[in-house]
Amino acid sequence: MSRSDVLVDADWAEAHIGAPGVVIVEVDEDTSAYDKGHIPTAIKLDWKKDLQDPVRRDFVDKTGFETLLSERGISNDDTVLLYGGNNNWFAAYAYWYFRLYGHDKVLLLDGGRKKWELDSRELSRDVPERPKTSYTASEQDASLRALRDEVIAAIGKRNLVDVRSPDEFTGRLLAPAHLPQEQAQRAGHIPTARNVPWSKAANEDGTFRSDHELRSLYEGEAGLDFGRDTIAYCRIGERSAHTWFVLHELLDLSNVKNYDGSWTEYGSLVGVPIELGEAR
Amino acid sequence: MSGASAGDGCGAPAGGVSVSTTAGPQAVVEGRVTREGAPVATGYARLLGTGDEFVAEVPLGDDGGFRFFAAPGSWTLRVLAPGGLRAERSVETDYGQVTKVDVAI
Repeated sequence: MSRSDVLVDADWAEAHIGAPGVVIVEVDEDTSAYDKGHIPTAIKLDWKKDLQDPVRRDFVDKTGFETLLSERGISNDDTVLLYGGNNNWFAAYAYWYFRLYGHDKVLLLDGGRKKWELDSRELSRDVPERPKTSYTASEQDASLRALRDEVIAAIGKRNLVDVRSPDEFTGRLLAPAHLPQEQAQRAGHIPTARNVPWSKAANEDGTFRSDHELRSLYEGEAGLDFGRDTIAYCRIGERSAHTWFVLHELLDLSNVKNYDGSWTEYGSLVGVPIELGEAR
Repeated sequence: MSGASAGDGCGAPAGGVSVSTTAGPQAVVEGRVTREGAPVATGYARLLGTGDEFVAEVPLGDDGGFRFFAAPGSWTLRVLAPGGLRAERSVETDYGQVTKVDVAI
């Protein structure tokens, strides 16, 4: 993988509106954004209703993913172009799901919804009808997902990249500053983690920084050893999917996992080590 | 913490935000963005810390509104809107306070 295989710009997206074999998908936590206007022909995925398990704390399983994509009219041969709000956090998260379930023809729109809006490009309220398909997913690719025991075992051994804001990392805040701070779990970070906020990987308009800038950010400034395996985490796994996309897809590092349990799981575990303050 | 994976996720508040009046134990920064007196409903508010360090971003609500739950301190509020429009304001916050910042661009 390299940048040109996984990331397209708005001109590419505009040129492929309605193109056969290309399905544009907006992914958001706040799907009212889609309802107010979206890229013409785009369908929507609701990060919570469509992509999370309604009962267990987990995301949609293989069968659920197959049912969802079949209902929405996405086939195994389609190229899926994902974009969304929040600087593509949830689109990157969905991208990670597509790759977990073996869909290789998936792209992310650089800058997502924000750049599209700031560029004053066309938004449509028309909701397309797509004929149902019979989608078949692969088993989850375990090489892309970290679970909690693997994370605990990785302390001091692998790169742990905490992509939350510095205030969340040090323990001053429990959630990003646009959300209420009512969480019950402990604050802080996983020992030996480096703090590289996801936002450092993005420009102000939501596009990703250049490969050169990204390499110097993670390898230079943050001191990550690119020869080691890496686990990225945040609070609920979506900002770290953005960083997973940077490390695994744009920079083509081989063993990078997203810990989707992230701080809401780790910070609630009994007996695990937690560090407060700056990285040591 | 099953709820943490859903309703109180990291994304944008549904429908953008509307301004409120109470802070409770939070350090709230909120306001509206207008252009020639009308709400700017398409645009983004970014909260930046020292040295322009990114802290948070929200899309503007239908009323041009935005809201952040910050820590006490000094912040920069930056607004981005289509057409290259942008504006910046300095903001001071403290727990229990709602700091109102209305921005005309």
